[in-house]
Amino acid sequence: MKVLNEMKLSFMSRSVNEGFARGAVSAFLMQLDPTVAQLADVKTAVSEAVTNCIVHAYPNSAGIIYITAKIAEGREFIVSVRDKGCGIPDIKQAMEPLFTTGGEERAGLGFAVMQSFTDKVRVTSKPGKGTTVTMIKRLREDD
Amino acid sequence: MNVKFSFAAGELTANLSGDIDHHTARDMRRRIDGEIERLHPSLLILDFSTVQFMDSSAIGLIMGRYRLMQLTGGYIRVSNIPKHLKRLIELSGIGALGVLEYKGKERGNNESA
Repeated sequence: MKVLNEMKLSFMSRSVNEGFARGAVSAFLMQLDPTVAQLADVKTAVSEAVTNCIVHAYPNSAGIIYITAKIAEGREFIVSVRDKGCGIPDIKQAMEPLFTTGGEERAGLGFAVMQSFTDKVRVTSKPGKGTTVTMIKRLREDD
Repeated sequence: MNVKFSFAAGELTANLSGDIDHHTARDMRRRIDGEIERLHPSLLILDFSTVQFMDSSAIGLIMGRYRLMQLTGGYIRVSNIPKHLKRLIELSGIGALGVLEYKGKERGNNESA
């Protein structure tokens, strides 16, 4: 996989930054001339990943969220959302649709949305150290 | 503001607009619940016709209001989900609650893009 372009972003885990984060990532994605649907997919997936950091990784204090976005050969868009928060004890369970520890107002769909709206989602996490969510979206011309 | 209300004959309509994410949903929820508490509607209509973007926080917002209206013996209807947001709605399975409605023209709202 040859990387053609890359950007990095770090910001405080304030919920007001959710819009900023998906806006910044989609601005970077624009150079691939995505379709409206592809752009919406990436925006939604990034919004879910960033929200997870804010709600779960840093529940009681503000931490830093790191995003790396890469454009690779073959119109591949790779976004990593990383935190140095509490980590996920059981990734498999966390990724189950409808599972949530976020209370009644959270639908438990974050990972399901990321998986459905991108082509690949990889999650690595260490309790007490943090979590990295990497998503790959292939921007096929015919989507 | 991102929620505008109208109330008539026991029906409270909340017109949502802009982006619905975890950040904006909090304020929307507070304002909608405040109006429910004040007016005790028998029907709550969440109108999505001018929503530009939403993530799963919007599903949480709908489900939370669904539960609240059930508690008070009322009903909820979710209307005019724009075409570009339907994928998330389908993924969520909230259609099974029987609350979705698409009658944009009848309600005199703008056609969604």
